[in-house]
Amino acid sequence: MTGRLLAILFAILLVQGCRHAPTEVTFHADENPETLAEWGLFTVRDERIVPHAGMVTYELNAPLFSDYALKWRTIWMPQGARAQYHDDEAFHFPVGTIVTKTFYYPTPAAVEAPQQSGTVLKPTPATYQTGVDGLDLKNVRLLETRLLIRRAAGWVALPYVWNADGTEATLERTGAQIPLTFKNGPSKSSFVYSVPNQNQCAGCHATDFRDRKLWPIGLKARHMNRSFPGPGGEINQLKRLTALGYLKGSNENVPANAEWQDPHADIPSRARSYLDVNCSHCHSKTGPARTSGLWLATGPTDPRRLGMCKPPVAAGRGTGGRPFDVVPGKPDESILVYRMQSTDPGEMMPELGRSLPHQEALDLVTRYIEALEGNCS
Amino acid sequence: MRQTSSALMACAAAALFLGACNGSPKVDAEGFVVDPDFEKELQEKLLDAKAGDVIEIPAGKYALSRSLSLSANGVTIRGAGMDKTILSFARQTSGAEGMLVTGDDFTIEDLAIEDTKGDALKVTGVSNTVIRRVRAEWTGGPKTSNGAYGLYPVQVTNVLIEGAVVKGASDAGIYVGQSNTVVVRNNRAQGNVAGIEIENTTSADVYGNVVSGNTGGILVFNLPDLPVPGSKTRVFKNKIDANNLANFAAPGSAVSNVSPGSGVVVNSNDLVEIFDNDLTDNKTAHVIISSYFAVGFDAKRAIAPAYDPYPENIYVTGNRFLRGGTDPGKRYAPLMAAVGGPLPPVVWDGYVNPKVKMPGICVQNGQAKTLNADLPGKFINVRIDSSVDCAPPSRLPPVSLRL
Repeated sequence: MTGRLLAILFAILLVQGCRHAPTEVTFHADENPETLAEWGLFTVRDERIVPHAGMVTYELNAPLFSDYALKWRTIWMPQGARAQYHDDEAFHFPVGTIVTKTFYYPTPAAVEAPQQSGTVLKPTPATYQTGVDGLDLKNVRLLETRLLIRRAAGWVALPYVWNADGTEATLERTGAQIPLTFKNGPSKSSFVYSVPNQNQCAGCHATDFRDRKLWPIGLKARHMNRSFPGPGGEINQLKRLTALGYLKGSNENVPANAEWQDPHADIPSRARSYLDVNCSHCHSKTGPARTSGLWLATGPTDPRRLGMCKPPVAAGRGTGGRPFDVVPGKPDESILVYRMQSTDPGEMMPELGRSLPHQEALDLVTRYIEALEGNCS
Repeated sequence: MRQTSSALMACAAAALFLGACNGSPKVDAEGFVVDPDFEKELQEKLLDAKAGDVIEIPAGKYALSRSLSLSANGVTIRGAGMDKTILSFARQTSGAEGMLVTGDDFTIEDLAIEDTKGDALKVTGVSNTVIRRVRAEWTGGPKTSNGAYGLYPVQVTNVLIEGAVVKGASDAGIYVGQSNTVVVRNNRAQGNVAGIEIENTTSADVYGNVVSGNTGGILVFNLPDLPVPGSKTRVFKNKIDANNLANFAAPGSAVSNVSPGSGVVVNSNDLVEIFDNDLTDNKTAHVIISSYFAVGFDAKRAIAPAYDPYPENIYVTGNRFLRGGTDPGKRYAPLMAAVGGPLPPVVWDGYVNPKVKMPGICVQNGQAKTLNADLPGKFINVRIDSSVDCAPPSRLPPVSLRL
């Protein structure tokens, strides 16, 4: 028995000894390392997580809502490799590209070990971090870092979940369920933060059912086309990527979705931008929700495709008793709003990755539908 | 005492599959196998599965908290029997279905999926799916809060569903949507809003099923705004009995307007044959042939241009109709006054595409009469319609699966 224990200990030492976490970004062409450290992406030290050389932080015009979690996104490409710009599709990235998305919440200031805080806070402009130089972890709980890896055969999605010390994240191919309390001012609600399993990653990222290949969702011209701080100052992100040698083919006529919370942009553009990034990876003519006939990218203009007076197909009780996906002028009669409000897994949209309603988005989509003209009778 | 011994028995039985039985209880108070790693390990197997793999799930009732998902091609999932291996989602906290499959050449057999928050089993966008002796059930009986669909292949080419049992779906027990080349046979559908629904599907054979106690028995529908319209469905040799359950679908859904007491409903679909079935005690009508206008849920507005709302080339023949039409649902009740008694076995809403000379609504079923409800004329000319005594120029061939 003792001998066996020793052997196990020895084996552990051996494995640990062999595993030098690289200090620079390391692309693994085939294997899926058990720990995030083996990718050499970040250094966690002195209450900060810092990106390694070559990683560029970016932000989207509208983010996918994930229970109010903040997201720090980076992209890295091998020396000399460049992505090909595309007007509509995700940019075509070279083999070796690594995209990271780190999910985190602000924690209450009084908490001593933020990484172990079961209570997380609704983010505010004051707790938002650009991530350009990494994240200050003083009042932050890291949840997971998702990687999208461009290999020779295509993209692979890997979810890494951070440990209780916030020092390391390990690959959880089957995902994880993390019970948390969400604090919004005085009000608290408990919810289960859900890390998707690897197949569920494909549930959103496999945007074309015919080849079932994974694609990035946010890394499209219309989502990326905005200014953001970083190398070169606060400049347009596509210009930065081009200047850094990461992107070719960008031009002066790049499409742009509205920043979804920009008070100067009009409501329909903001709402459509939000729906695009939150829904259209499924709700397109090739996505998993193609069977619904409801297509929600910013491109389509056919009112029926956008849900106007369109009866549901297979919504089941997700209709909430409402007749059409969108009833112009009547958000309270629109299924779209009902399913965004619901937190019942049998009714809600999106189907995955949300257990809290996104109130600000509901307000926006409500205003968008209120202003639509026409009627369904 | 009895509980202890049954727990021991379960433990012993589980031990045969799972290994050691350490004397600790293997099932909890609600009968769930106590195995905290089961869900993760099963999902890992699904992630790692490769073509040709058979994933066996031993007998036992397992509690799952999230959707299972499989995307590999060529995988078989097999339980120890639909009453022995039970995947229960009664404690589910996330996921729109019990199991989501996006792999070709998929077979699932001999297990049950219970109490999912959304659909029980969804298979989407693949070729070749076999669902055999699978039970999909909401164990609390019919409730609006039950999940929508039991067994739900959508946009699948080559579907075989056989020997399955579906109960309690708040929409359709077996729902084959936007698919091609489909056989649904020898299943039992009970206590659902729709027992079996074939929707926007091309070439389906539905036979040998026992469909009873649903709101509507077998539905053959075409819905608008979808990439694929359907046609060519044969419904035959089924026992379609007493589908009189109060409709408990969520308002707004396509089936929420199905009248309790509907045996077979053809809506806006073309080339449908209904023959050699036993239809008994369906209180609205044994067979209803209707257009999209009669469903009510979108009747007030213009139909999408590419959509054909009219049923055409429907053939009803050689069925055995017994009782029925005695207590039609409220939308059909005014017809009873017009007829002066129970509704005849076949009711047609009477909508005809003005651009089509012969809608091909044909009923040659012994003495059975067809009621033309004259919905376009707002019931003014409700009549027994003798113009339907016709036969199609040719019959549909049997569906041949290429599995």
